[in-house]
Amino acid sequence: MQKPHNKLLWLILLLPLLAVAGPAEDKGLAIAQEADRRDSGWGDQTASLKMILRNRHGQESIRLLRTKTLEVQGDGDKSLTIFDSPRDVKGTAFLSYTHALKPDEQWLYLPALKRVKRISSSNKSGPFMGSEFAYEDLTSQEVEKYRYKYLRDEVLDGRDTFVVERYPAYKYSGYTRLVTWVDKEMYQPLKIEFYDRKKSLLKTLTFADYRQYQGKYWRPGRMSMVNHQTHKSTELIWSDYRFGTGLTERDFDRNSLKRAR
Amino acid sequence: MQARVRTLLALLLWPMVAMAGEWSGYISAEYRYFPQAPLDPAQAGSGSSLAAQPEYYREWDHGRQSLTITPFARWDENDSARSHADLRELLWLKAADDWELRAGIGKVFWGVTESQHLVDIVNQTDFVESPDGEEKLGQPMLNLSLIRTWGTLDLFVLPGFRERSFPGRQGRLRPIPYVDTSEPVYTSAKKQQHVDAAARWSHYIGDWDLGLSYFRGTTREPFYQYLPSRNVLLPVYDIIDQLGIDVQATLGFWLWKLEAIRRWGQVEPFNAVTAGFEYTLAGLFGTSADLGVIMEYLYDQRGQWRFTPTPFANDLMLGLRLTPNDEQSTEFLLGMIVDLDEGSRLITLESSRRLGDSWKLTLEAQAFAKLSSSDILYGFRRDNYARMELARYF
Repeated sequence: MQKPHNKLLWLILLLPLLAVAGPAEDKGLAIAQEADRRDSGWGDQTASLKMILRNRHGQESIRLLRTKTLEVQGDGDKSLTIFDSPRDVKGTAFLSYTHALKPDEQWLYLPALKRVKRISSSNKSGPFMGSEFAYEDLTSQEVEKYRYKYLRDEVLDGRDTFVVERYPAYKYSGYTRLVTWVDKEMYQPLKIEFYDRKKSLLKTLTFADYRQYQGKYWRPGRMSMVNHQTHKSTELIWSDYRFGTGLTERDFDRNSLKRAR
Repeated sequence: MQARVRTLLALLLWPMVAMAGEWSGYISAEYRYFPQAPLDPAQAGSGSSLAAQPEYYREWDHGRQSLTITPFARWDENDSARSHADLRELLWLKAADDWELRAGIGKVFWGVTESQHLVDIVNQTDFVESPDGEEKLGQPMLNLSLIRTWGTLDLFVLPGFRERSFPGRQGRLRPIPYVDTSEPVYTSAKKQQHVDAAARWSHYIGDWDLGLSYFRGTTREPFYQYLPSRNVLLPVYDIIDQLGIDVQATLGFWLWKLEAIRRWGQVEPFNAVTAGFEYTLAGLFGTSADLGVIMEYLYDQRGQWRFTPTPFANDLMLGLRLTPNDEQSTEFLLGMIVDLDEGSRLITLESSRRLGDSWKLTLEAQAFAKLSSSDILYGFRRDNYARMELARYF
């Protein structure tokens, strides 16, 4: 129960925001909300992931991971990532509870020491496993994590898209803005351009080989991230997507980390 | 008796191992360089050693049950006591909705701090492996975990005590005189057969991770009795009670850590505390590297005793952890522990890097400076060393 003067306070606080939020902002937000609505209700999913890291000389190194994700209604998802390769980090597991506005909660399991370590989730802009993906590129994309602005309609590789600009709400994000090409049929991104804190183009991510699961949810088969500043790239190849596998909260607690294989 | 049990176990387990499962692990070669001549002429100089730790894993019952077998063995050129083998794990696990049961030989870690692990008591230290106490021996255990909304309650029955391993007479990084492990002294009439018990509650509430633990049984950290007739130290294992608490608050880039224990049963009751923080400077100088700044204060009430059995009675640990976040997972950790009373210093550098996909190179160096004659580490004063290890993972 909110007291009346609280409501008034909120109105006063929000007035400046309402003043700047124009039709382009409304449309941008509406697209994000529609994408979120269409991609909700899947419950849980598991997938295998191959990461191919390429340096500027084209030398490759490979990482193999498996992910389990639990959809949490009204909050960010819970996810467990298990490392299979390189072999020296085999058995390492990463547990993350994402939140829309609160900081995420993250634990890392180090199998050699049998140690579960709570880690800081503040460093979202850091690279994930030495790849060109930052943690913030891979965690669940809640609507509240960004402000939005619709830019234009565009045809990208023969597909109709909305071009939407996103501004991270998170203070320590590595980006000032993300330009996203959202497919009009799937409501999934086809391309994202990332601009760094100096506002210059840092990376481009392209999505390919989308497939629909459960007659509803679209998932990419490939994601390719190119860093324009370092000329390094990382390709993600997804396989074995499974939905509704019966995972519960229990599969995403700190105890489950220790027996994740 | 023990040999017979082992043979029986091997016969029982062999059919399971022969079934489908997966193997992983590593083999490694190590070289330790000691620039100074040893204090005791019986001690060897620099030397090589080889180690292997394969791991067998099999799961069934939709992943709800599993068997893990992890033997470990090392061969050391100089020290026969360092040439040793151990079963790190031989553990059956059953996971249900709100409980987990583990039976066999296993390894458990409790705690949050970096400089030392006061609260971590279930497993004995494999001291001959590494002087920092990070390597542990497999512990026979029955462990029931109750997983509830108010946290996890772990209950342990620990039959069969494991003695601490020590470098032999020819080994470096040992007290002077050396510790003779052939005649340990127990205060319990049951000696090694004393069944220990432990319990731990752990939970997290928002930014806070909490643990509260209790242990009753044979101490993992022995005292020493000098035997003048043979000029050796004998380890003395008392029955102790130990209450432990560990807390970590994760606040933005700051990790605040506390571990505290109270122990009864050795000479007189005492308290010990490790408390401090790790602060991460993310994206150092606009690169993708992270720099962690670690500071921990180490207090131990045994510092007031006539003979202080710990080197960390009133000490400050300062550390820098550099993580470039590169493809090769390079890591550097530079640490220094300063004794605030005596001014003695223990300086360590650890670094590691993956080579290709399945090799890992580790470089380590440790130096002891300004050790006073009352320091328990005094016997280590000529044992500054550098260590290089190359491991192949499979």
